[in-house]
Amino acid sequence: MDFFDITFLTQEVIPHLNDGILDSLALIIPAILIGGSFGILMGIVRVFAKKPLKIIADGFVAVIRGVPLTIQLMILYFGLPYIRIYLSPYTAALLAFIFCTGAYQSEYIRGALLSIKQGQIKAGQALGMTKSQIIWSIIVPQAIRRAIPGCGNEIIYLIKYSSLAYIVTHIELTGEAKIIASRTFRPTEVYLVAGCYYLFLITIATWLLSKLEQKLSIPGFSKANS
Amino acid sequence: MQTIITILENMPYILMGSFITLYLVIGALFIGFIIGLPLAIGQVYGSRITRLAISLYVWFFRGVPILLLLFLFYFGIFNLISINLDVATVSCIVLGLASSAYQSQIFRGSIQSIPYGQLKAGRALGMTDSQSIRSIILPQALRLSIPGWSNEYSILLKDSALCFALGAPDIMARTHFVASRTYEYLPLYITAAFLYFLITLAGVRLLRYLERRFAIAGYTLSA
Amino acid sequence: MTNENNIKNALLSAQNISVTLGNRLILNDVSISVGAGDLKVLIGPSGAGKSTFLQCINQLIPTDSGSIYLEGERINMANNASLCHLRQNVGMIFQDFNLFDHLTAVENISLALRKVRNLSKEDANDRARKELNRVGLANRAGLYPAQLSGGQKQRVAIARALAMDPKVLLLDEPTSALDPELVGEVLAVINDLAAHGMPMIMATHQMDFVRSLATEVLFMESGSIIEQDKPHVLLASTSKSRTLDFCSKLNNLRQVAEHSPEITCTANSNT
Repeated sequence: MDFFDITFLTQEVIPHLNDGILDSLALIIPAILIGGSFGILMGIVRVFAKKPLKIIADGFVAVIRGVPLTIQLMILYFGLPYIRIYLSPYTAALLAFIFCTGAYQSEYIRGALLSIKQGQIKAGQALGMTKSQIIWSIIVPQAIRRAIPGCGNEIIYLIKYSSLAYIVTHIELTGEAKIIASRTFRPTEVYLVAGCYYLFLITIATWLLSKLEQKLSIPGFSKANS
Repeated sequence: MQTIITILENMPYILMGSFITLYLVIGALFIGFIIGLPLAIGQVYGSRITRLAISLYVWFFRGVPILLLLFLFYFGIFNLISINLDVATVSCIVLGLASSAYQSQIFRGSIQSIPYGQLKAGRALGMTDSQSIRSIILPQALRLSIPGWSNEYSILLKDSALCFALGAPDIMARTHFVASRTYEYLPLYITAAFLYFLITLAGVRLLRYLERRFAIAGYTLSA
Repeated sequence: MTNENNIKNALLSAQNISVTLGNRLILNDVSISVGAGDLKVLIGPSGAGKSTFLQCINQLIPTDSGSIYLEGERINMANNASLCHLRQNVGMIFQDFNLFDHLTAVENISLALRKVRNLSKEDANDRARKELNRVGLANRAGLYPAQLSGGQKQRVAIARALAMDPKVLLLDEPTSALDPELVGEVLAVINDLAAHGMPMIMATHQMDFVRSLATEVLFMESGSIIEQDKPHVLLASTSKSRTLDFCSKLNNLRQVAEHSPEITCTANSNT
């Protein structure tokens, strides 16, 4: 058996990892979409909502950011049955990723919202716009552009942390690799190839994000007191 | 009531895990620093090939999930080259390697934020570039790196909980072990979450103290 | 004229406005009214409360006491709809332009037309282009604020306010953030508005402009209006007014500035 021989890779490793990457994407894509919306909502709540709601949102984010994702996963999957809530491994993992990415995204959204100059709001008011018109057509479009680099980073993190689904026994790319490695006793090769899959995902995501950033870029905007 | 007794009875056992957790975090921060700083210097001042090699290293360790890296090194590479280390040490090394990639970017950012004029001023005084880097650039850059570094501390602390997947007997693993024996899953995990929260807080406080301790008047990154 | 008549006949009137911030009295019982063809000018040292006063008139800064009347109707300041109604009818020009940084010149103008006036996108854009044309910037419509000079930004800001067909325009030191060579283009636009009888309240230190166009000068200091009269009265060389005193100091500063360029920026930021 040669190290990295082609038949081993094409027959034993790649087909299974291809299944695995689809399972990973089935976690990552909904988590980005739902978690992203959740993060924007939380960011807006943390800046504009009334006191009690704001405190709840701030507290939620502080807890999520302060506790390891591993523990959050364990609580959702192994812990919740204690109070008679039973989640499937997939649901538990997805939920944890949504909370986690949402909380971190909301930090960037919040920072971006707070970075919008007071004058922009005053100019909107002076034109007779209502509070919600000002939020949606002046503050949010500017804030999104400021938040994109940070939120993009979070998406990259999410792709990597999706491997933690393994901990709650949901089999995706990492889980698949673990199974092949234990069966074939060739862990180095299998894990290296699995690593390449993640590098591939992340490189694609980075490329897409930079395209998005370019598309939304406005002359002199990102540089202006960012 | 029974729950509280269970938690209290097992507390010493779980708390012993915090030594392993701290070993993982502090060891990884240290390894990350030892490797990350030269990487950063190489990435700023090195030749093209050096820079390319370093960015490949950084790309790999930042792109591959930690869990996969743990598996790769513990079951794969270290076995292959017949190095037999205990789980905690392997975990520590892997976390450290991953952290070195992140830390190199923190240091690179702060080195690049030091104006080029500082290096010129050193040259004008007849210092060699490596002397200038050591005694002019780095003392400034390292101060600017402390905030990023304290962020890296809390990230590593949270990532360290992953090492239980290999069986490193840290807070997480011990909590899980006690939980699976007593079936008090939820209360025990919440206790563990609380412990991590406390350790994060304590460390961030300490690093903030260091930041103030080494602060130079009027010298911040926000400029 | 009695006070009540004053309010009834004025287009816009702010009466007995007071503002405190913490323990500091920022505005102390100040009043102003503008009617058709009026150009009232606020003058005074920085920190006198001119900017606060202007922003109170369209309620960008909430007042502790006092009332605002638009065409004789008292504005209910607790009611958002009534505040929006006031602001739609009162245009505002800011010292630092406050253009929306994420929108092009033409979009800056059409945004409020679409959102507040509910115009269709085409109608709003047509109107916006007309206004840009009026301030001489038709060929800059597609540029973003970062691509415009200060003077051009301020002209876009004026066009943005005019597009809402305001009954009154408030101008808060519209030229003081501009480099000296760009002041002229903005003043030319304001001149043109004055010539067309647009009622305005303006804080400015452009004394030539004040002398030739103001219908009334109000001199403010420490949150109060200290003097208030026609410019030729207050600025007559025989007058012993605080206004004249202040303006002559301003002139001295400007003369010094013209001789030594390095003082220019301080002189500008103080004026």
